[in-house]
Amino acid sequence: MGRRSEGPSTTEVDMTPMIDIVFQLMTFFIFTLNFSEAEQDDRIQLPLSQLAKPVPGPVEKPITLQVTSTNSVIYAGELVPVVQIGGYLEREKASLVNAGRQPADATVIVRADGRAKTGEVQEVVKICQEKGFEKFALRAQYDERE
Amino acid sequence: MARRESGSFDRINPDMTPMIDVVFQLLTFFMLTLKSVIPEGDFDIRMPLGAAAAAAPDDQLVPPIRVKMTAAADGRLAGMTMNGSPIRDFDDLRNKVVGIVGTDTGPNSLAENTEVELDCDYGLSYENVVQAITSVSGMVRDGQIVELIKKIKFTPVKSGK
Repeated sequence: MGRRSEGPSTTEVDMTPMIDIVFQLMTFFIFTLNFSEAEQDDRIQLPLSQLAKPVPGPVEKPITLQVTSTNSVIYAGELVPVVQIGGYLEREKASLVNAGRQPADATVIVRADGRAKTGEVQEVVKICQEKGFEKFALRAQYDERE
Repeated sequence: MARRESGSFDRINPDMTPMIDVVFQLLTFFMLTLKSVIPEGDFDIRMPLGAAAAAAPDDQLVPPIRVKMTAAADGRLAGMTMNGSPIRDFDDLRNKVVGIVGTDTGPNSLAENTEVELDCDYGLSYENVVQAITSVSGMVRDGQIVELIKKIKFTPVKSGK
């Protein structure tokens, strides 16, 4: 049989298709990369709304409070009972005042689960109001169904 | 000078290994940082403490629309009334709101000056509230959003535990 017999031969694999694909994939992932620091949490199932179109610009320094279906609050990734968020908001307020701003200027984003009790959400809003926050953004997921 | 013979074509085989290493590292990085962002939107509501007291009667020319929602034991919507009259569903609510304020939403229009007050049971599922806000605050017509009432407030929370 006609075999080459001069030592271990290096097989040359054509790398071109693989590199093509890899670069395509990389370009895709680069373009889908987003640096938005929007707080999203898998534990929250937002209610759907046709009017909840994504906002063009991010809200400046918002405070995000996520109300779960079991009626507790996720604040900065931590699960906190509703009655305890007052302390955390007090800290937020202090840092705002230190920066020369008022709590009334800040926006509190309320990401509440659709199955949460309305009373609990209102309770959270009330605690925020007592700390001086006035602007609230009730967040919903954009419903693309017609 | 020491020059290579240039008579024949030399096939240059650069070593691809470092490049492929780096490219795969980058690919892995971008794959792991991929997060699917679901489109979300906000309903902006301004609710200072004691808003009911602050709103003087003379700057509220239009009486607020009161939407009351009662909940069943499991949190589902049991019934809905608007200014006392029963409402079938959220489409009905929207039609009634359009009937009151019309679709003119320019400056100083009726829709801009009207306020909706939501009165919800403690145990009501929050998704119903968002649906009610959606119904009163706008509608989608031919893919365009027509805004209706923007001023929305809640009645103070009832202790219903």
